[in-house]
Amino acid sequence: MELTVWTYEGPPHIGAMRIAASMDAVHLVLHAPLGDSYADLLFTMIARSPARPPVSYTSFQARDLGGDTAQLVKTRLAETVARFKPQALLVGEACTAELLQDQPGALATGMGFDIPVIPLELPAFTRKESWGASETFHQLVRSLLSGRPVPEGAGDPASRAKAEGRRPRANLLGPTALGFRCRDDVAEVTKLLDTLGVDVHLVAPAGATPADLVRIPEADFNLCLYPEIAHSTCIWLERMFKQPWVRTVPIGVGATRDFLLEVARLAGADPEPALAQARTRLPWFSRSVDSTYLTGKRVFIFGDATHVMAAVRIAREELGFDVVGLGSYSREFARELRALAEEIGVEALITDDYLAVEAQVAELHPELVLGTQMERHIAKRLGIPCAVISSPVHVQDFPARYAPQMGFEGANVIFDTWVHPLMMGLEEHLITMFREDIEFDDGQVPKRRPQAAEVSATGGAEAGVPEHERAEARAPAAGESEVRWETDAEKELRKIPFFVRGKARRNTENFARERGIKVIYVDTLYEAKAHFGR
Amino acid sequence: MTETASSSSTTAHPAGSSSALPIRQERGERQAFCGLSGIVWLHRKMQDSFFLVVGSRTCAHMMQSAAGVMIFAEPRFGTALLQDRDLAGLADANDELDRVVRELLARRPDIGTLFLVATCPSEVIKLDLDTAAARLQQSHNGRVRILAYSGSGLDTSFTQGEDTCLQALVPHLPELPAMERSLLVVGSLADVVEDQFKRLFDKLGIGPLHFLPPRRAADLPPVGPGTFLIAAQPFVGETIDALRERGAHLIAAPFPLGIQGTRAWLHAVAAAWGVAPELVDEVIAAPAARAETALARYREQLSGKRVSFLPDSQLEIPLGRFLARECGMQLGELGVPYLDRRLMEPELALLPANTRLTEGQDLEPQLERLRAERPDITVCGLGLANPLEAEGLTTKWAIELVFTPIQGFDQAADLAELFARPLNRRQRLGF
Repeated sequence: MELTVWTYEGPPHIGAMRIAASMDAVHLVLHAPLGDSYADLLFTMIARSPARPPVSYTSFQARDLGGDTAQLVKTRLAETVARFKPQALLVGEACTAELLQDQPGALATGMGFDIPVIPLELPAFTRKESWGASETFHQLVRSLLSGRPVPEGAGDPASRAKAEGRRPRANLLGPTALGFRCRDDVAEVTKLLDTLGVDVHLVAPAGATPADLVRIPEADFNLCLYPEIAHSTCIWLERMFKQPWVRTVPIGVGATRDFLLEVARLAGADPEPALAQARTRLPWFSRSVDSTYLTGKRVFIFGDATHVMAAVRIAREELGFDVVGLGSYSREFARELRALAEEIGVEALITDDYLAVEAQVAELHPELVLGTQMERHIAKRLGIPCAVISSPVHVQDFPARYAPQMGFEGANVIFDTWVHPLMMGLEEHLITMFREDIEFDDGQVPKRRPQAAEVSATGGAEAGVPEHERAEARAPAAGESEVRWETDAEKELRKIPFFVRGKARRNTENFARERGIKVIYVDTLYEAKAHFGR
Repeated sequence: MTETASSSSTTAHPAGSSSALPIRQERGERQAFCGLSGIVWLHRKMQDSFFLVVGSRTCAHMMQSAAGVMIFAEPRFGTALLQDRDLAGLADANDELDRVVRELLARRPDIGTLFLVATCPSEVIKLDLDTAAARLQQSHNGRVRILAYSGSGLDTSFTQGEDTCLQALVPHLPELPAMERSLLVVGSLADVVEDQFKRLFDKLGIGPLHFLPPRRAADLPPVGPGTFLIAAQPFVGETIDALRERGAHLIAAPFPLGIQGTRAWLHAVAAAWGVAPELVDEVIAAPAARAETALARYREQLSGKRVSFLPDSQLEIPLGRFLARECGMQLGELGVPYLDRRLMEPELALLPANTRLTEGQDLEPQLERLRAERPDITVCGLGLANPLEAEGLTTKWAIELVFTPIQGFDQAADLAELFARPLNRRQRLGF
């Protein structure tokens, strides 16, 4: 058993639902008790999907357990096929049904449906959501393509396209429902490929039907856009159909350039015109003097492996940040993440324990957190600016506007998304600097405002203090009792921008403790500052 | 289709019922939260308690989705995730649970009452949490109270989890001294609503007054033969039964939703207490008049509109009664997760004679009936709301009716407003 408060990933059957919900003409029957239908709201409320996911539940209850739950499965299977007439049927079970061992997949296979039936093994007590999605996609592609012939000329995309007198074409694999900005990434990558003279053959699983999946081998190569979902499928397709696949995920300016070069090499295209017409403001905005303050910002990055690895490169090479910590809940890619972390001299935090991530953020006290919804909560509580870069996501991460992460436009979006929270920080800093100015002093009753009765001497000050500062004041670990802050030193500390104040407080207290200093004066603060540098 | 093992519909006229409403009973695919979701409001209500769900990753994910990942502070609930090695041998699972509870209590010294919450997987592997709670209570004696109940989707639907939780508290309630009497209001209410009712009962001279659940789990109300019970929520049937076994008397009444419901609820208590009805009318005159004024505006907007309920929270019947009788709405299909006659008889008597009640659910046929009928507003769960909106149906999230203070005179108009708003919005939007 493991104690958890929040979780980054759902169980593996949620991954299977994501594949089903991404596609057309597929239906998933889940052997699951009543409560499991909560998962529908992930799609209809978080992603605002206008349709229910194509999932039917057996909804068994206690009174069914004594009887024949297998019969319940068969009934639901028959009803589902008759009602929805899918091209392919996925059959799986949620955690409780797994314990019943009804084997719904085997039951479905024996029912003589005239459509492909794909039984899914989704071990709920050992695996998680991304694995479930990857496995479901892989099994679906596998069972629809098994035994099909390898197309002529496969394995040599450039010559094959030329021989057939057409532009090279690629499959975009991996975008799913509930993924991070998948819809916009697909549009952006499609445009990007067009600049190289490469066509998109099909996109899967998002928007594809089983009939589309059968056409996968007709493409010259595959793009593995979201390795968490498509990596194992790409490897299988390469082995079975000699389809090469592109490793680079085009998130960030550098990665997008590398991506274009890799695709051009496979397609036998000249990358130069495409590179020359690249439109992105990120490199110039990063160079502009306005961005000087971004130099060496200490950033902590956590999320799925793909977005974290991309974010590390952007942070370091394109924005000039220091990555002080990184990690992921994607255990499947732990090796790659550890290698990357070692390269930049930090240790990768591979965990799905939200509390462990929180502890590390509190310890490192970075100036910016790039993470998931969970890190947004953590950062909010610690008073640190934050931007969301990865699933798990919330309704606000499905913006109405066009906001890709991939390609050159994606780089623009990322620049804005990451830099704005820091600019808010800068603004707070300026307000703090001018704290003694009558315009900004919370204790003063402003002359221009109407008589603010609610601004009492103490209550007013409290009301005017930003939320994160109150949070900090409440925080219990504000220094062990043996070191005391003298009043002027405490005042001086408050002049330090809030996003480094916690760190300054801790450093100063450690400095004092190590030297046996009992009371911290203004000088102690500055001595500690000089000692630790920045 | 030859198999009808899961889906069956029968029309029955239950014998001995005070109403002759035809009831359609359905079994099939369900769209409702399980009883674990009750934790989302119970942990806010009893702030010295902690809810440890003993279940799977699905349970943790479900709690997170139901709570909308919107709770900033660390919530007073968590999940002890069952893993493969816990399933291998049960003795092992018990040791593991003891360890997790030890860790939790060390981390959260503020916990006064710890609820171990059983789930579908913990029940299927027959992990006995009642025994575990007793064992843990022994080893942490004096420090915390440890109780167990089931929020499993095998036994409970959405709000029913509160019933099983409160039922677990009943054996621990202190004994009300003989010859004393008290009023116990059962079912969680918003603090503001509790306070309003308390003021009214004070004026009527009814007391001592207690609420179950209490605001602090440690402040358990007494119960005994002198206790009069009144249900504030329609999903507390098992708790009421357990309290009656301890000698308490149930006051039958409609639920305090809307002006008529609140009035009837207060009158029923007063009658049981021996308070003159004239005094009740005098005490409630001002709030009832206030409520009338506030409600009139919404009655105008709602009158004549048709409303259907899909089964969700058990609030469907009293809400349907309020919308039909006080807002002039017409009831389409009224779906309930289950029909609890112990508490629902006074409500059934107030429903329009032609009301079509459905107990249980077989989702797809029910949606087909809904599409054929196309009511002006449909009350349904979160998974269905947006898809139905996309089909052009106006919806109201059932869950909001559980979280919003809607009971009592001063909330009657707020309750009507919850139904008027989606209609209002649809009217405003140009496309």
